[in-house]
Amino acid sequence: MAERLLEVNDLNVRFATEDGIVRAVEGISFELERGKVLGIVGESGSGKSVTAMTLMGLTRGVNARFEGEVLYKGKDLLKVSDADMQNYRGNELGMIFQDPMTSLNPVYRIGEQIVEAIQAHEKVDKRTARARTVELLRQVGIPNPETRVDSFPHEFSGGMRQRAMTAIALSCNPSILIADEPTTALDVTIQAQIVELINRLKDDFDSAVIFITHDLGVIAEIADEIIVMYAGRVVERGSKRDIFYDPQMPYTWGLLGSIPRLDRPRPERLHTIEGAPPSLINAPEGCKFRPRCPHAFEKCREEPGLENRVETPGHFDRCWLDVEYKRAHRDETTSPGGTVEAA
Amino acid sequence: MVAFLVRRSFGMIIVLLAVSFATYLIFFKIPGGDVAGRIAGKQATPANIADIRQKLGLDQNVFVQWWDMMKQLLTGSLISYYDGTNVVQQIKEGMPETFSLCIGAGIIWLGFGVLVGTISAVTAGGASDRAITALALIGISLPVAWLGLLLRYFFAGEGGAVAWFPDGGYVPLTTNPWQWFYHLLLPWFTLAILFIGFYGRVLRSNILDTINEDFVRTAKAKGLSSRRILVKHTLRASLIPIVTLFGLDFAAVLGGGAIITETVYSIHGVGYYAAQSIHQQDLPPLMGVTLYGAAFIVIFSTLVDVAYAYLDPRIRLT
Amino acid sequence: MTVLDESAESGETPLLEVRHVKKYFPVRRGVLQREVARVHAVDDVSFAIREGETLGLVGESGCGKSTLGRTIVRLLEPTEGEIIFQGTPIQKFGTRKLRPLRREMQMVFQDPYASLNPRKRVGTIVSDPMRIHDIGSRAEQKRRVGEILETVGLSPEHYNRFPHEFSGGQRQRIGIARALALRPKLIVADEPVSALDVSIQSQMLNLLDDLQNELQLTYLFIAHDLGVVRHVSDRIAVMYLGKIVELSPAEELYTRPIMPYTEALLSAVPIPDPDLAEKRERIVLEGDVPSPINPPSGCRFHPRCRYATDVCKEVEPPLVDYGNSHLAACHHPLNVDEATLQRVGVAERHTPADADETALPQDTSGSSNPAVTPTRDTHSS
Repeated sequence: MAERLLEVNDLNVRFATEDGIVRAVEGISFELERGKVLGIVGESGSGKSVTAMTLMGLTRGVNARFEGEVLYKGKDLLKVSDADMQNYRGNELGMIFQDPMTSLNPVYRIGEQIVEAIQAHEKVDKRTARARTVELLRQVGIPNPETRVDSFPHEFSGGMRQRAMTAIALSCNPSILIADEPTTALDVTIQAQIVELINRLKDDFDSAVIFITHDLGVIAEIADEIIVMYAGRVVERGSKRDIFYDPQMPYTWGLLGSIPRLDRPRPERLHTIEGAPPSLINAPEGCKFRPRCPHAFEKCREEPGLENRVETPGHFDRCWLDVEYKRAHRDETTSPGGTVEAA
Repeated sequence: MVAFLVRRSFGMIIVLLAVSFATYLIFFKIPGGDVAGRIAGKQATPANIADIRQKLGLDQNVFVQWWDMMKQLLTGSLISYYDGTNVVQQIKEGMPETFSLCIGAGIIWLGFGVLVGTISAVTAGGASDRAITALALIGISLPVAWLGLLLRYFFAGEGGAVAWFPDGGYVPLTTNPWQWFYHLLLPWFTLAILFIGFYGRVLRSNILDTINEDFVRTAKAKGLSSRRILVKHTLRASLIPIVTLFGLDFAAVLGGGAIITETVYSIHGVGYYAAQSIHQQDLPPLMGVTLYGAAFIVIFSTLVDVAYAYLDPRIRLT
Repeated sequence: MTVLDESAESGETPLLEVRHVKKYFPVRRGVLQREVARVHAVDDVSFAIREGETLGLVGESGCGKSTLGRTIVRLLEPTEGEIIFQGTPIQKFGTRKLRPLRREMQMVFQDPYASLNPRKRVGTIVSDPMRIHDIGSRAEQKRRVGEILETVGLSPEHYNRFPHEFSGGQRQRIGIARALALRPKLIVADEPVSALDVSIQSQMLNLLDDLQNELQLTYLFIAHDLGVVRHVSDRIAVMYLGKIVELSPAEELYTRPIMPYTEALLSAVPIPDPDLAEKRERIVLEGDVPSPINPPSGCRFHPRCRYATDVCKEVEPPLVDYGNSHLAACHHPLNVDEATLQRVGVAERHTPADADETALPQDTSGSSNPAVTPTRDTHSS
């Protein structure tokens, strides 16, 4: 049984703003084991980035309030001091961000930025740190690392910059690598390279990965377990097969149906989820997806709990609909153009 | 780099030529009458005036006059209409005083401006920030002449309320270093206070913008200490625009632009000389001082561009 | 070009014709700022678009697709070549002559956050084009704005709001409304959905589709996402390093890619189906796109192509018609049978033995749906 690295229990994150209290994350729970990839799927405003930043302690501030627990190897990261959190950050928890162009400091060389990350947590001299940096660059697939270690970020292409960011995140051998939309700003061919890279490094460094994206195609390739987030909540959670082959939330169906797919015939119209995500300040009563859900009924005025309603254990959802009904009706949404005959 | 400098040098020469010609034209267009008439004095006869005019070469065409003046300036033989002194010599004598004033003030205003701006940004919204902002705005709003006079009135010499400082004047560094320093304290402060306020505000605004940049977020994610993030990442990026500002402001005062401060404190530098020449409507010194100042600005603006390229590797000099 | 041939027969002029267009940007160095190199952003591109059609243009970053789009609407002037809009060559037109043309062709941009002036209200943004071209009275303009806003799915009440009050998807709708204000014939959409969430993306694609039917629009749809492009396009052009390397009717590009670059692009698109994702053969291209300042010799794709041979390094392959208006530029075309090769034939060309694989997603159920299981042809060297 792999080591359980992270256990998030009922995490709530709220921000006080001029317009009111923003409930960015409500009641999130999940676990992460070494060597596994957890995919978090959601669109803008779903709370996925806030969750990631909270794990790293980057949302701490005057206006933020936290409830619940974030247990990393048993220690609650929400309660440790700022100084201690600084020790965890970059050291045991590494993070890659979405836009590699702006996430690297343009005035320092790539090597300097990685050495800085190493020396922040480990007592090594410059020479050792630099040697490790060159090795790291080689591991992330940057050609000629001995020369390119002295390049500036603007001399790298988008894909290479993202690799450099990955090297920074992995520089102190973290146990958990958090990737927040690492491929969204990249071309599809480079995207494939980065996904392959993360998969390989996960094994090389024996880390766990949290991979955040709105792209279900990418998730299908890399994740073991998946959480779907909407309006700050987990609305569905399960293994990769559960989510793709037996999705229980109409929102998940909507996401699956909205993607133009190359493996299916082209539909007349793409499925859309009408409307827009709810405000996080004044969220509607009951199920947060109700205003946009074509299958909503009276019971949906009461918010469903995240429960295991299907035969497979470990597959949770927040939907009152009857499982049989779901299985009968979801294809209209998930496969608007029709599928090829099921095996 | 070489190509850049060569092109800039050509540009510089053209700018200076244009400035000097424009100065010349303006001088002849301003009211105040006939140069020869003024020099000749109240008792002059038309014949005197004509005679002076011819001696000074003022009866020739504009371009010729201008060119003659430029030749004299470049060979160091340009003479003032007013008192017959050599313009270039006068400027040379004023330089140490202006340099002492400006370099000292420059160090003070840059140092304090950065300090004040950083504290203000880091404590943004809090009491210190508000206090600093108020002081900065006061500093920017105080007219230099008024401030200088006020300070002299209260703090300087036998006439002042307290004789903490000497009442203006200048002591050369080589004569007596301590006196040199002592005499310059008030002038330094007077000149610097305007800039400290301004630079502090600009830096505060830059820092608050930079804090939200993605690369600062990455620095935090690396687990760096707050101090390191502030100095190596935030400040480094925020200071780059300050370099431009400082380069040009410093060039301006060094080139004889601190006219009011030098006059109020009787520091006989290039700015003082410029003030005198304006008062006497004396063209040769004015031409000299204007070109002197223009040269500083052009040189420093090139230096600033070079510094910029050094500070931000994305910039390529063309 | 085949579209040109067809229209020549039917006597119909294509709405837009692009002939051998090149757009180079100079790189200047030295004291005299001499041009020392050029960025070959667009390097000899030719195609035509019929009225009412949608041509998709795909490629990676740096392939020149955005530059081509801007050159076509004359935001840039081409270095060489002709742009013929409704039968008139416009490549050399100055500002004055271009003005009336601006009513006929418009552009929709990628970034909904950056392409709207934050200091102007929505109503002004959409009515400005009408004001500039002096169309209608103020009252009429306002009425028209209300109409357009409704057409794109917003409300006329949004007239007085500012862009920052809207979400990304809504801002993109405003951008489209602005483009529609003058009832143009041609819209060049430069990555209009790339910056949007997937559920908003599908709303936008459906909208663009509806608008095309309702208003008889012609689209040049630029994107890097092959899935998106498939949904909206009638024909698709694939660009690489400034050149068009494949041009095909939409569906056929996905079932029968001829150029290995297209094959690689298709293989890189993630499929939201874990079993298929696992089983498919992925071609992961090594390295990055080379610089357009110094493009590789011969076929520009050869350094990254897994089928490359010597001829690929030396000779640039021309665009050849493989039947059904499907053009491709390759010395070792995939998915082409012997007969077609003969017909097209240049003596040297042959298909390599190991080009039996294609990296399309395979449907393991054995269904013979041609959209999924590509027809494979036998090759012989």
